[in-house]
Parts: sequence; structure tokens; C-alpha cells
Amino acid sequence: MFFIGVAGFIIRRNLITILMSIELMLNAVNINFLAINRYLYPDQLHGHFFAIFVVAIAAAEASLVIALVIHIYRKFRTIDVDQVADMRF
Amino acid sequence: MQSYDYTLWIPVIPLAMFLFLGILGHKLKPSLAGILGTAGLGIVTLLSYLTAIHYFWGRESAETMQTLIPYNFTWLAFSETLVISMGILLDPISAMMLVVISTVSLMVHIYSLGYMKGEPGFQRFYAFLSLFTFSMLGLVLATNIFQMYIFWELVGLSSFLLIGFYYQKPSAVAAAKKAFIVTRFADFGFLIGILIISYYTGTFDFGILTNPETSPIASITGISFMGISVVSWAMFLIFIGGAGKSAMMPFHIWLPDAMEGPTPVSALIHAATMVVAGVYLVARLFVVYHLFAVDVQTLIAWIGGITSLVAAIIAITQIDIKRVLAFSTLSQIGYMMMSLGVSGYGGEEGVGYMASMFHLFTHAMFKALLFLGAGSVIHAVHSNNMTDMGGLRKFMPITRITFLIACLTIAGMPFLSGFYSKDEILAATFEHNMPLFVIGFFVAGLTAFYMFRLYFNIFWGEDREYHHTPHESPLIMTIPLMILAFASISSGYLPFGKFITADKLPLSLHINPYIAGSSVFIGLVGIALAWVLYKHKSDLPDRLAARAGRFYTAALNKFYFDELYLFVTKKILFNLVSRPIAWFDRNVIDASMDGLAWITNYASDRIKGIQSGQLQMYAASFIGGAIGLLLIVLYLLAE
Repeated sequence: MFFIGVAGFIIRRNLITILMSIELMLNAVNINFLAINRYLYPDQLHGHFFAIFVVAIAAAEASLVIALVIHIYRKFRTIDVDQVADMRF
Repeated sequence: MQSYDYTLWIPVIPLAMFLFLGILGHKLKPSLAGILGTAGLGIVTLLSYLTAIHYFWGRESAETMQTLIPYNFTWLAFSETLVISMGILLDPISAMMLVVISTVSLMVHIYSLGYMKGEPGFQRFYAFLSLFTFSMLGLVLATNIFQMYIFWELVGLSSFLLIGFYYQKPSAVAAAKKAFIVTRFADFGFLIGILIISYYTGTFDFGILTNPETSPIASITGISFMGISVVSWAMFLIFIGGAGKSAMMPFHIWLPDAMEGPTPVSALIHAATMVVAGVYLVARLFVVYHLFAVDVQTLIAWIGGITSLVAAIIAITQIDIKRVLAFSTLSQIGYMMMSLGVSGYGGEEGVGYMASMFHLFTHAMFKALLFLGAGSVIHAVHSNNMTDMGGLRKFMPITRITFLIACLTIAGMPFLSGFYSKDEILAATFEHNMPLFVIGFFVAGLTAFYMFRLYFNIFWGEDREYHHTPHESPLIMTIPLMILAFASISSGYLPFGKFITADKLPLSLHINPYIAGSSVFIGLVGIALAWVLYKHKSDLPDRLAARAGRFYTAALNKFYFDELYLFVTKKILFNLVSRPIAWFDRNVIDASMDGLAWITNYASDRIKGIQSGQLQMYAASFIGGAIGLLLIVLYLLAE
């Protein structure tokens, strides 16, 4: 699932789709943590704690990204990643 | 024992005067600067005379002249024994040179108050005169050969500044450059000679090197390089330095051109002081030359003789009066070198050394007089050429009389100083080297001829129309002329043999009547010839010149030495050496630097695409890098 997220991040042009891919990656990593916690260290809860952290951070980061996307739209009138590649040499 | 502490002021005063006039001179009124410079030099002259009198007449020992060193402090020590010191050496020839330099310099200073009046840069002139005097005094007072070399270069620099005084005239600048480069080139030989000697003997000091019994050079005479003893090589190279400064052939090319400088400069530098530096060097190292490098000494004699002959021949044809005097100087210095070259060391054998120094003294006086007199004439007529002059005896009596006295002196007429000194030189060569005696004898006749040609052309000849009547020079210019005329007459009577000899023991002089008589005779022949040709207007000289044809034109063109040198440097050295090296420098070395820059440019051009601004490119590299690191860690863990 993680690599599906990576592929989506790299291939898609729409900024919102890229955001969705990021969320996909984060969720995939969450699942990984819980699974490994359940099967390798059943008597400890570290994986669960980390997963909760990840969820909180994902929420904060998503709001931030939406704010950035709105600003980009205001400036460039598009949310196509290839069109906003201005910070070149 | 007299204290000679005051001798420190002799070089210091001109240095201080140079610094003062150089830095602040332009704020002073010109006449004040001139008076200050002259006053400083007046003090130096007094001190020099005091030193000479104390040294020669006030010593206790009645037999040998002592070498005194009032000051000698270590300046730069290469090792325990190899040190460069700065000091003052008092010795017969250095005391004599003190008198010569300060007297002539003082006369030039006084004369320039009148001659250079109104010239722009008057203060600069006096500053440079003081610098020159300082350098020359330091040179003759040097205690070790490296100090002498340092002051030698300083003298070269001062002469560059003085010859190129009219720096807006291209010919003056070219002449100054030529003088400096030719003498610098010769000084390269001098330096190598110094280095060879100091390498083998471990010392620079004159006292140690020239001690006839204990000189360290005695121990190295066995070492030889390419068949010739190392000492001979070193002494030959040192002589090359002296030959450059004294304008011996083949280094003489700078002296005629150096007449571009103002006439007082010619009097100071090219008559009396700088050009005798080479003679002084050989005299200073005479013990080494005579005891350890006699082959070089003979070479010196021949170079001196040939220079004096060729220069005299050229002087016969020249029209510019300063050029005639320049070639005359070359010729007389040739005499001095010749005399040193044939001299022996002790007693009677040492006549050549004594005669050379004697002639140096008298020559300084009468040659300075000749140049200053020529300056007086140039000042009145505003031209350097004999063809513009004639009949000046009516207008410039004092100049004429003093000039006549100088001409008679240089021709070797009896009772004047030139007679005594030239006679001793001819006696020395008669004893030791007959071919050189013949050359010297012939040159004596030529000297009388061309000097009187000069005299008659200026003061007799045809009376010309001058646009403004020439007038006698002001007193400030004629007083030095009179003083120098007096010196020309009287210095012949100084008891040189008692004071200045190679082995520092007194030598009694007696005049060989045959040699004296014949030299006076040939002088009179020269004067008579000049009388017939030049006293009254006639076309006899032109007819003779036409008869001599090609030889005459060759002499007129100074035997094409300059053209030869230009040819060698331009066609041969430039084309075969400089051009390929310049090509290499531009196309290989610079090209490799340019190539490095080009490679950098190209590489950066290619790499800059990485910063594309595309988010997804960055993300892809990020992921790729992370996976790569992961693989590396796994690989390392698996081992």
C-alpha cells in the first residue's frame, strides 16, 4: 500500500490527488506499525502509541497542505504540479 | 690615533638631503631647494677633505698606509662568517675618491644653480643629485663586496633617474632605459662573480679577500671549471660588471646616448664618478686580480686599450659636442683600465696602479670642466652641434680660457696635470706591454687632435650669425669652471706616488724623459693638425673625410655597434627565443587554464537541470535515495 502511495505521489499531476497519496502512505505505515506490533512484540504497546502519533500528525499536516494548495491556486490559477515549477535555476 | 667618527656624516648627509628634497622639495621655492642641496654638499666636501688630510698627512706610521674601518656593523648574516655588513672603509683609494666625488659634485651643484634655473622639476633635480652622491659615496666607502654591489645598483638607479630627467622627451627616456638595462645586464655577471667568490671563500669582506698573504682565495686556486680556474671565472664576471658601468667595449653603447641628460648630469656621472666605478672596482680587488687571476688582468688591459682606441677614432668624426666628450671619456677610462691591467704589485712594478688612480683624479677634474664648459656654450647657443657654432671666443672669454686649459690638459701638455698622469700610464705600459704602449701613444695623438678639433670649431672657425648674441655665462656658472681649471692645473703636483700604490708602500716617481718627450710631441702633432684643419674655415676636413670614404662613415656611425645589437636582439633573440616562449605561454599554459574553466562551465551546465522546481522530481529522488540507503544497510547487515 505504501508503494501505491509513492507511485501516486510521483505520477499524478493534480495537487489534491498528491495529497490523497500522502494520506495513503501515512495510513499504510500505520497499518505496518500495528501489524508488526501484534506479531513480533505482543506484550508491548509501542506500535500503538506511535500509530496514534502518526494520525495526529497526519491531520495537522493535511490542513497545512490544504492551506498551501489554496495559496498556490490564488497565485497560479491552477493546481497542476508541472505548471507551478517556478523555483528552478 | 685620530677619531674618524665624523666620516659617518659623509654618506648620511646626502641621503638626508635626498629624502628631504624628494618628499618636501616641491613645496620649497626652487632656489631654496638648490641652496639647501648645495649647502649639504658643501659640508660633505669639507668633511671629505678633512678625512683625506687626516688620512694622508696625519697618520703616525711613516711607511705603510693603513686600512681603517671606523664603522662596520652586521646587516645580514647568512652564516657565522658570511655576513653582509654596512660600514665605512678608509684606504688610500677610498679617501682619494671621497675628494674626487665631493669636489665634482659640489661644482655640479653650484653650476646647476645657474644652468637649470627656471627648469621645471628643479627640486627633483637636486634631490636626484643628492641621491647619486650618496650612492657613489657609499660605493667607494664599502667594506665588503656585497655592500659595494648594493650601492652599485643604487648608482645605476640614480643615473637612470638623472639621464631620464627630461622624462617627457622620448629620446631621453629611451636613453635612460638603455643605460639601466645595459648596466643591469653587466651587473648580472658581477653578481654571479660575487656569489662564486663568496661560496668558495665564505666571506664578502674586502679586508679578508684582498690581504696578499692570508687571502682565502689562495686556497681555491686549484679548483677549475671547464678548464679555467674558478677564481679566473669569478674575477672575469666581476670585471664584466665593472666593464658595464665603465662603458668598456662591448658595453659602451649606453654612454653616448646618455648625453640626453642635462649637461651637469653628464659632468657628474659620465665624467667623474659613475664611469670610474668600474675602474675603482678593479683597483679595490687589484690584489686578487694580480695574484690569482693574471689572465683576466691581461684581458682587462686589452679591453681597456681597444676601447680607448676605438672610442678615439669615433670621437674624431662626431659633431655633437657632448658626444665628442662622451667618447673622450670612454677613451680615457680605457687608459685607466689599461694601466691597471698592466700593473704589477710591489715597488716599481706597481706604477700602473698608481698611474691609473692618478689619471682617475686628474681626469675627473678636467673632464668635469670640459662638460661644464660645454654646458656653458650650449646654454649660450642653444644647440649641441659644432656646425652651429664658431667664433665664440669673442663672446665667452672665461669659458674659452677654461676650456682651453682643459683641452691642453687632456692633450698632455707639460706642467698641467694631464701630462703627469698620462705620462705615468704610458711609462707603465712601456715597461710591461709594448703593443699596448703603441696603442696608448697613438690614442694620445688622437686625443689631442679631436679635443682641439672641438676647441677650434667652437671658439674659432668661421664667425657665424647668431640670432641673439651669445653672452658669457653668469658668475654662478663660471666660478666652478675656474675652480676646476685651477684643479686641473694643480692636481698634477699632488704627490700621488707617496700615497696611493698597490701595496700601500710609498713609491718615488721619476719621469722618463723619452716617454714624456714623445707623448708631448705626438700631442703637439695632434694640435697642429687640428689647427691646420679647423682654426679657420676650410673645406680640407670634408675632403679628407671623403677620401676616407667608408671608414669615415663607419666611424661616424659609431661602428654600427647599436645596429648590431639591435639586430641580434630583434632578429635573433626575439624571433628564436621570445616568440616561441610567448606562443607557448599563451597557447599552452593559458589554454590549459581556460580549458579547466571551460570544463567547469560545461559540467555545471549539465548539472543545473537537477534543480528543476518540479516537486515530483524531488520526491522521486528522495524515495530513490532512501531505498538505496536501505539496500546498503541490509547488505552490510547481511555480512
